[in-house]
Amino acid sequence: MNTQGNGANGNGHKIVETAVSAESEGGASLFNVAPPPGELTKKDFVSNQEVRWCPGCGDYAILNNVQKVMPELGISREKVVFVSGIGCSSRFPYYMNTYGFHSIHGRAPAIATGIKAANPDLSVWVITGDGDALSIGGNHFVHVLRRNLDINYILFNNRIYGLTKGQYSPTSVFGQRTKSTPMGVIDYPLNPLSLAIASEATFVARSIDIDVKHLGVMVEAAAKHKGVSFLEVYQNCNIFNDGAFDYFAERSVRSDKVLYLEHGKPMIFGKDRNKGIRMNGALPEVVTIGENGVTEADILVHDINLEDPSVAFMLARMEQPAFPQPVGIFRSINRPSYDQLLVDQIDGAIAKSGPGSLDKLINTGDMWTVE
Amino acid sequence: MSAVLEPPVETIDKHLEELDTVTIRFAGDSGDGMQLTGTQFTNTSAIMGNDISTLPDFPAEIRAPAGSLPGVSGFQLNFSSHDIRTPGDQPNVLVAMNPAALKVNLPDLEEDGTLIINSDEFTKENLEHAAYKSNPIEDGSLNGYRVHTLPISTLNMNALKGTVELSRKEIARCKNFFALGVLYWLYDRPLDPTLNWINSKFRKNPELAKANEVALKTGYNFAETTEVFTTHYTVKKAVIAPGRYRKITGNEATAIGFVAAAELAGRPLFYGSYPITPASDILHELARHKNFGVKTFQAEDEIAAVCAAIGASFTGHVGLTGTSGPGVALKQEAIGLAVMTELPLVIINVQRGGPSTGLPTKTEQADLFQAVWGRNGECPAIVIAPATPSDCFDMAIEAVRLAFKYMIPVFYLSDGYLANGAEPWAVPAIEKLPRIEVKFATDPTNFMPYSRDEATLARPWALPGTPGLEHRIGGIEKQNITGNVNYDPENHHLMVKLRQEKVDRAVADIPPVEVFGDPTGKVLVLGWGSTYGSITSAVERLRQEGKSVSSAHLRHLNPFPGNLGEVLASFETVIVPEMNLGQLCTMIRAKYLVDAVAFSKVKGRPFQIREIVQKVEEYL
Repeated sequence: MNTQGNGANGNGHKIVETAVSAESEGGASLFNVAPPPGELTKKDFVSNQEVRWCPGCGDYAILNNVQKVMPELGISREKVVFVSGIGCSSRFPYYMNTYGFHSIHGRAPAIATGIKAANPDLSVWVITGDGDALSIGGNHFVHVLRRNLDINYILFNNRIYGLTKGQYSPTSVFGQRTKSTPMGVIDYPLNPLSLAIASEATFVARSIDIDVKHLGVMVEAAAKHKGVSFLEVYQNCNIFNDGAFDYFAERSVRSDKVLYLEHGKPMIFGKDRNKGIRMNGALPEVVTIGENGVTEADILVHDINLEDPSVAFMLARMEQPAFPQPVGIFRSINRPSYDQLLVDQIDGAIAKSGPGSLDKLINTGDMWTVE
Repeated sequence: MSAVLEPPVETIDKHLEELDTVTIRFAGDSGDGMQLTGTQFTNTSAIMGNDISTLPDFPAEIRAPAGSLPGVSGFQLNFSSHDIRTPGDQPNVLVAMNPAALKVNLPDLEEDGTLIINSDEFTKENLEHAAYKSNPIEDGSLNGYRVHTLPISTLNMNALKGTVELSRKEIARCKNFFALGVLYWLYDRPLDPTLNWINSKFRKNPELAKANEVALKTGYNFAETTEVFTTHYTVKKAVIAPGRYRKITGNEATAIGFVAAAELAGRPLFYGSYPITPASDILHELARHKNFGVKTFQAEDEIAAVCAAIGASFTGHVGLTGTSGPGVALKQEAIGLAVMTELPLVIINVQRGGPSTGLPTKTEQADLFQAVWGRNGECPAIVIAPATPSDCFDMAIEAVRLAFKYMIPVFYLSDGYLANGAEPWAVPAIEKLPRIEVKFATDPTNFMPYSRDEATLARPWALPGTPGLEHRIGGIEKQNITGNVNYDPENHHLMVKLRQEKVDRAVADIPPVEVFGDPTGKVLVLGWGSTYGSITSAVERLRQEGKSVSSAHLRHLNPFPGNLGEVLASFETVIVPEMNLGQLCTMIRAKYLVDAVAFSKVKGRPFQIREIVQKVEEYL
């Protein structure tokens, strides 16, 4: 009996006793109908399954945040579907008390495409990792973004393969020694945001697992975007790549090394809020306000709604140590979504030719009558 | 006006001879419009009341270099005054529009067969392209055939030059209709069906319509007046059951069959596909039927195509994906996911020559093992195969019925021959089509995602959006009943057996295999898929000679029909003709311990009737 899982489920729902082994994850919710969307709380989105990530894993913070944001979206629980591929992060759907599909390696965006295209009424979430999304599933990553399917896509980037125990991933840093690269990684890492922007994603954002407040805001913004929303979360794997992001994300250095992008605001960062990004010709540079005649008016103002992706791309390329590591919303533009356009085409076809008639369907083409 | 349209100086006495059945092959460059020419001849013959069967044979290259051997495109049709099932073993007539077409197709022409050659194209350059050392028209190598050399290009040019405002190049492209006109006179066909088609097709381009019309009529008139032909032929109407008929290819029947299946189930159809020969026409056809609520998704790859279909299936759609063998190879992991999550799914495999890229435009049946056993783990799926182009319609409905009822993937094995071959289809009455039952779980009381239907062992289909049924599925082994992730050894053993038993129980739900001929005897010819026509015709011929031969044709290959073992045991010898190295034969030898004989032909071409007759005679 999975007592821990049951204990996690409050809210007065009756629990059906079953011979579920302690090994269990997934399966039925075993609970009755949830209250209407307005009255849902975080607990309604917590499944009865024991969360089985390593203690201290960054995944917990992300799960916690998503569960917290869900009730605020005003969506009935039964209309939510979490889809994942393979990897540590892909266990995520089992822990959400919603519909869930833990699929195969790299293919979550494709499964999600079928779900959302078939039923646009559903709120569909893809949970993936750097290996799942960018290596084996790289093709689907590109195409689900360009398709602008109205889904929320969260990439847990820990720069390592965790579930297979420590091989390098497409985002591992050059030279990194891992189990499969004892002499160091000799291929160059991929920047997920660069690729997302190049893939025509209409919403692109980044956050950090340990910056809980910012993460919550980003999850909510992603959920509210109409069209595909891509959120990269820097997530610490405390077993195989511990501290991979400490050089900028650690609390004591964060304010100096992270740039929090905010729409309509100048790109200012630093403990003393005196550093900023200024354009120098075609390239960005870090400047200090008050030095060499630099004033706040010189600092680039962030605009997430630019149709042209150039500035978003430029920001995505900025990284430590030359630049602060930017987090926040890089880009958010409006474009009709694939699922909506598909419905429009069907409505258009019905308006033009009338609803399909089986009789007409089979009685067309090269026909003749034998008397 | 050219000379050929002028009235003949003297009337030539031409007589009309009656034939029972004729096989014509049109062959030319892939840009010569041979497929269109053949299709027009077929449609006209169908409208005249002949039974018809066709086989296009085109190259993988869209436009190989003009006049080259790889660029030859052919279209064979058989039209008859009696019931036929194949496009004919050997052409009686070969229309060769250039030397390459002659070279590629002449070996198939029957002895003493009729050759109609466009002599204009037998230039030095074209002869070299076709690797002819001397001109076959002049060197006597065509002795033994009834050769008619016609300067078709010149005749066509003379007829159209000055008559229509088109370039020489555009005029030259009408020569296939000139040739068609010649054939229409030779086989006593009316021009009206093709004239109607021309006027409808080129409605927006009256010059082109006129050019094609003049080319067709001039060809006809030329044949009537020229001294080249002294005889023409007629093929009477076949005795065909009264009713409405439609000429249909396997791919067309497959596409509309799945639209029909979705309508009969009352669920929308979702088709995920990636373009691949010879399956792409199914995508094209389905994309035209959006007013049925059909959602077609051209995916980024084969894997995404099947995964999207699985996602759609999870939400209660008819999840369908279609491809050919190489595409199935890519989809197999996802098909395993559908087996594990016990979701309905239909996979169309329009088989082609393999392995690897193989022969993209040629037919083969070598993906049976792939469908039955081609995934990791014990991963059973239902496998069915249509037998004829029109059977594709019925089997599409059958595929969806079984997938829904057993919550399982179903393979639908068509092939290139069925896909592109055409035959008359007696259009069914809508009310006679079977309804497909769909049950969705709705009651949250004690809902368990892997509880079992008593009869079929199917798990409940619970759609996202249904309050209280929130659950998680996935590719990791599930505990029976609860659906929780489970690694318990006993549970795994149980689940492996349960997944297999769903397939086994479907035996009770599929029709017994029928025997054509006597229920016992010396030889049983057992087939599956597109070999139906050749096998049945061969057995019919042998039986007319009083031989003890019967045939049986499997449309369900996993599971087999319940009576198959008994049928096999009722014959001294079982011969299994297949366009592979004996895959069905291996399966029945393993399952029924019969000493069946494999008869393999893996040439990218269907069996000829006479090949099967000869093989069977060895065992009589």
